[in-house]
Amino acid sequence: MNTLQSPSSTLHSLLGSDDITRVQLPNGIIILARPNFNSPSVVLNGYLTTGSLFDPDDKLGLADFTASALMRGTAQRDFQQIYQALESVGASLGLGGSTHSTTFGGKALAEDLDLLLGILAECVRLPVFPIDQVERLRAQLLTNLAIRAQDTGDMASLTFDQIVYEGHPYSRPEDGFPETVQAIQREDLAEFHRTHYGPRGMVIAVVGAVDPLQAVEKVTRILGDWENSDQPEPPALPPIPILDGLVTRRVIIPGKSQADIVLGTAGPVRNSPDFLPALLGNSVLGQFGMMGRIGDAVREKAGLAYYASSNLSGGVGPGPWYASAGVDPTHVDKAVELIQSEITRFITEPVSLEELSDSQAQFIGRMPLALESNAGVAGALLNLERYALGLDYYRRYPDLVRAVTPEDILEVARRYLHPDHLGIAIAGSI
Amino acid sequence: MHSTITKVTLSNGLSVLLKEIHTSPIISHWIWYRVGSRNEIPGITGISHWVEHMQFKGTPQFSAGILDKAISREGGYWNAFTYLDWTTFFETMPADKIDLALRLEADRMTNSLFDPGEVGSERTVIISERQGSENEPLFQLGEEVQAVAFRVHPYHHEIIGDMADLQTIQRGDLYKHYRMNYVPNNAVLAVAGDFDSQVMLARISELYEGIPKGPEPARLIRPEPPQPGERRVTVEGPGETTYLQAAYRVPASQHPDFFPFIVLDSLLAGPSNFNMFSGGISNKTSRLYRALVERELAVSVNGELHATIDPYLYSVTLTIHPEHTPDQAEAVLDEEIMRLYDTPPTTEELLQAVKQARALFAYGSESISNQAFWLGFAEMFATYDWFTSYLDKLAAVTPDDVQRVVRTYLRPQNHVLGVYLPTENEEAPA
Repeated sequence: MNTLQSPSSTLHSLLGSDDITRVQLPNGIIILARPNFNSPSVVLNGYLTTGSLFDPDDKLGLADFTASALMRGTAQRDFQQIYQALESVGASLGLGGSTHSTTFGGKALAEDLDLLLGILAECVRLPVFPIDQVERLRAQLLTNLAIRAQDTGDMASLTFDQIVYEGHPYSRPEDGFPETVQAIQREDLAEFHRTHYGPRGMVIAVVGAVDPLQAVEKVTRILGDWENSDQPEPPALPPIPILDGLVTRRVIIPGKSQADIVLGTAGPVRNSPDFLPALLGNSVLGQFGMMGRIGDAVREKAGLAYYASSNLSGGVGPGPWYASAGVDPTHVDKAVELIQSEITRFITEPVSLEELSDSQAQFIGRMPLALESNAGVAGALLNLERYALGLDYYRRYPDLVRAVTPEDILEVARRYLHPDHLGIAIAGSI
Repeated sequence: MHSTITKVTLSNGLSVLLKEIHTSPIISHWIWYRVGSRNEIPGITGISHWVEHMQFKGTPQFSAGILDKAISREGGYWNAFTYLDWTTFFETMPADKIDLALRLEADRMTNSLFDPGEVGSERTVIISERQGSENEPLFQLGEEVQAVAFRVHPYHHEIIGDMADLQTIQRGDLYKHYRMNYVPNNAVLAVAGDFDSQVMLARISELYEGIPKGPEPARLIRPEPPQPGERRVTVEGPGETTYLQAAYRVPASQHPDFFPFIVLDSLLAGPSNFNMFSGGISNKTSRLYRALVERELAVSVNGELHATIDPYLYSVTLTIHPEHTPDQAEAVLDEEIMRLYDTPPTTEELLQAVKQARALFAYGSESISNQAFWLGFAEMFATYDWFTSYLDKLAAVTPDDVQRVVRTYLRPQNHVLGVYLPTENEEAPA
């Protein structure tokens, strides 16, 4: 079957410093561009460096509310005009707040890139927060919070963050609580935008059927003169508190068939040397094949859950390293026990060479697939920038992956995972 | 994008479609079986989905644990879906690894073990999957609306199946369903990506020609009689949020009225996206969004149209604004439909629907998996021509066509109205 492959470009061998266009404008905006003429479409993804870290406790959700309100009207277009321009050509654009950043994602036919860029620039620079739109949006956000309160997965996750990150900004949900969203005034949105939105640290990836130099020129023309001297530095993160043993919290949501479990602790930051060994180890623990060892124990052998896996978030700060599962309420204790015993095994003995080489082969082999779509490439470019990985990171990646040993994984696992110091959150009719 | 299609039927009846795409060293391989919840009778509802799960439980050649790991190790991605009309299994792999996918799909077309122990543990896994869905108010509402819409036709029940059947289906039932439906003459094999069609076809023939043709699967499809009048159903459950679902019986995908219906859906609620691997666009300029969300009767509106063998449902789902009642929203929904009943849409609206569809096609063509998906998907309810002529057929739709389908299908007699009433919010404002 070797003859089956015919010559073609190998995408992953191309994604490097000689094929990524990276330009930093004098105002701080970083533009990343990479062409793909296989489809007549283009994506425009990126982020600004403001987020819910800046939210006051009594107005939690402010950064997210602000981001969601940007497209509700600008100095040049009202809500319907913005969406008429986008939707009439099949384009889309969305903005949302997260903890460290405000992200945006757009796509269009390549012929409509100017339109997409123009609307993005208008929304981040000149939003007017019309009062009727703000109130309409508030009702939508409050409804989302009411739905969240009924979602066993969301509530287990939110409660888990409150346990593991007590006293730390990561304990706070980015979408806030009903009372904090109620407390946010239109003026708060305008003020948050005025002081926190600016070009410094903004990153824009343009990937698709557009020449990279043209992409840079277009972004420069529309955002190159943006300035905001008030943009604050992000606040420093406090240390993560050490959990005092096993801390379990249950959220009772009546009338639910299934209970959700989230169990774990804080993991390494994305640009720590611990991250890659932890990520490979996590693959063995709860990802590889049918959700790794945890999937094997909880789903395949015990038949307790449709999903049972583990995840490592990484990120700018120490995001969580956690396992999650959805089970019948009568099986919660059994599932928690099985997951705990897999974590204990994971920090007691090294993963086998076979397990590790399986995951290593997968990490390397899946790269062409991960970089198949414009959005996949844009995501990869943004990761390079956000975590300062270097433009040749994906070229070095296979060697970095292959260099990880079972002992590296054991060492990292022991540093972060302590079976007797875990946060355990359970939500459902329990 | 401009590559030609090879379409061949092997001597055992297996239909093969190949599309060469040399943009990336990836091949996506799909096998489709003409069996889904449409082919189930009371007592065995959910059996097609359960058989799909059992296809991951091993053959003498590829034991259960090995299958998952083998694909993952090669950097591949695989999954399976069961729908009303079909079941499909796919692997997207680095091009030089695709032989593994070819061998394992040929093998499990006939050699799956259905080990009794595995059947038992999968029963609880599937029950857990159903319980996870039951947690969602919209699943509960959708299940009731579907059941009320179809009294006779097997589209009556959810794909996951009724809990009563999930508790009682036996290994023998599953194996019988498998052997009857997993035969080459009931299957379509679709492969797209970086290969030479002649070489690929030779390998497929080598692997599949030995599998004998089976008897044509027995089919008991009872046509749904015309609906004699409007039907209404109420679901009560936990939460604070009220949902409304209006469903209309619509033509089958091969009916000439289906394409005007695609345009109608686009005008009413934004374009439905038939792609499997690419997201849709927003719907904020759609008629229903303007009438319901902009006027604060609902906080979201979503339209869903499905391409099916037999007439199925077009549904509009509203999340009701906390300060309004479902009755008020329903009245406005009816007004909007009456508006199209009385006055055909403008040519501009139609042109917009076509441009939106063109953009969605471009986004979908970024992914080889999505292109391979279409090769087989279209064959499940029509032929691949349905996909290739899609944009032309949309462009040929006239304002009068749209008005005609409104008058034909969006009649009260053809209508099922479902409301999810939260039990915590019984004293809703009038």
